[in-house]
Amino acid sequence: MSDSRSTRPTAPQAELQGNLPEFSVSEISGAIKRTLEGAFERVRIRGEISGFKRAASGHLYMTLKDADAVIDAVCWRGLAGRLTLKPEDGMDVVATGRITSYPARSKYQLVIESLELAGEGALLKLLEERRRKLAGEGLFEAERKRALPYLPQVIGVVTSPTGSVIRDILHRLSERFPRHVLVWPVLVQGEGAAEQVVRAIEGFNALEPGGPVPRPDVLIVARGGGSLEDLWAFNEEIVVRAAAASQIPLISAVGHETDTTLIDYASDRRAPTPTAAAEIAVPVRAELVSITLDLERRLLGAAHRWTDERRQRVEGLARGLPDPRRLLGEKQQQLDDRAERLDVAVRGRVSGLTADLREYAGRLPHPRQQQRFAAQSLGAVGERLEPAFRAFLTERSYTLQRMALTPPRQELKQGQQALGHLSERLAPAAERRAADAAAQLDSVGRLLETLSYKATLERGYAVVRGDDAIVTRAEQVTVGQELEIEFADGRVPVASGAGGESPAGNGPSGASSGKGSSGANSKAKDRGTLGKGETGSGEVRQGRLL
Amino acid sequence: MSEQTSEKDITEMNFEEALEELKQIVTRLEKGEGRLDEAIDAYERGARLKAHCELKLREAQAKIEKIGMGPDGTPQTEPLDQN
Repeated sequence: MSDSRSTRPTAPQAELQGNLPEFSVSEISGAIKRTLEGAFERVRIRGEISGFKRAASGHLYMTLKDADAVIDAVCWRGLAGRLTLKPEDGMDVVATGRITSYPARSKYQLVIESLELAGEGALLKLLEERRRKLAGEGLFEAERKRALPYLPQVIGVVTSPTGSVIRDILHRLSERFPRHVLVWPVLVQGEGAAEQVVRAIEGFNALEPGGPVPRPDVLIVARGGGSLEDLWAFNEEIVVRAAAASQIPLISAVGHETDTTLIDYASDRRAPTPTAAAEIAVPVRAELVSITLDLERRLLGAAHRWTDERRQRVEGLARGLPDPRRLLGEKQQQLDDRAERLDVAVRGRVSGLTADLREYAGRLPHPRQQQRFAAQSLGAVGERLEPAFRAFLTERSYTLQRMALTPPRQELKQGQQALGHLSERLAPAAERRAADAAAQLDSVGRLLETLSYKATLERGYAVVRGDDAIVTRAEQVTVGQELEIEFADGRVPVASGAGGESPAGNGPSGASSGKGSSGANSKAKDRGTLGKGETGSGEVRQGRLL
Repeated sequence: MSEQTSEKDITEMNFEEALEELKQIVTRLEKGEGRLDEAIDAYERGARLKAHCELKLREAQAKIEKIGMGPDGTPQTEPLDQN
């Protein structure tokens, strides 16, 4: 302040008006401006952004505030592009700049030269909130991750065209496997960086396969190390979304190993450094050459072994096969042997048969000789014929004489004797038969007697007849009808009286009904043993009448 | 590797596919299995796969380009100044 005082202009009337000098408005405004700028040439102010707006001119206007005060702030266009932070209302920031005044409005304000979030904690909090929001949309899901190609033909790199990052990547790629690399140059921090990264990712994806600019098989989005604010573009939502939406597999390589930005969550693979991204992107060519050569060697070896094994097997089997010449020789020998034996056998058989034939032929008599034998035999038989015939005739005549001279006396005598014997036996036999028959007859007669109804009559029963038929039912009897009752000793004619309709009680022999019933019972029993007979049947009927 | 892939034309295969099938053919042959005609086919295919792999490995040529925007706003390539 002493500086300000010393530079205070001295007015001519100062002495007259006491100690107070007199200023014009412009003078005092200029003095204030100089004082402010001198006293607050470079300050850091912490506050919350409010009323942020970007003017058409490109200047940024906002107010920083805390609980009790506010201060206007402006960021000129030239500096606005270099801010690492995109100001937003509500952001708790630390602004670096100088205090100046705007004399035309009697206002003082902060001219911002750089802007950062207030404290690591606040920045990380913002980052965490954004991460959670995007994760909630599923942008970081493992299922979204695409597999990286094993050996990409074309690699797209989104990074700054200058600096160590692109050099590191190209260097490591050429070491491992030189490839076609397309660099899409972008700002990697500051105003517009996020938008450029988004355009690059989308631009690579928009390339048609087979077009004038080859479409990359894999993308690397890279940036070197820096502060959280420096890396902030890669935490921007638009960048995260573009990385998640990329159809080309994307490797993120932002900052150092310990730096994690939101694009790392959305990328298909996170590389800890740009160099590591190159290592992930391509395999080592020398190793592949070696693997291929090894496979070629194994292929050849396997093919040889395969055929060798089989050749050996075939040879082994061939050894097991007997020598055909030897087989043939043996068989030939057998054949010779058999042929020889056959020859001998045939010769032997023929000579044997010849001998037989000769023998049989020798024994065969000549036909003339046979004729002579036959004639001799015939002569002998002929000579014996006549004597034999004579002898036969003589024999027959003797037999005839014998038969004519012998009478049958003997036979006659024998027959007479036999007749005598039989006559003697005839009379007693006849008597015996007659006696037997009489006895049988007597016995049957007695039996008949016992079975006859007449015996029943003896026991007090009677037979009633009317009109020559046996009457067995009271209802058959009419009044005044002539009936005949047969008793054991004879028949008595009777006439039926009146009132004969009731079968019990008014019958002609009602007095004997009680006896009759028991008699009927005994009859029934007798009938069972008697068998069937006209007499029996009649009695049964009679019994029922009684 | 599926039938479909094994039928795939070798010239359309990428390095990894060709290498993978070559490995399988070698392994199969080393087991000493299969019929003679199959073994011959496998060997011939293996040899072609190996040639294809070598071709892919020979294509290792660094080409560094930068994307620039043409007058009509479409991307075009230009040499990258690596300094």
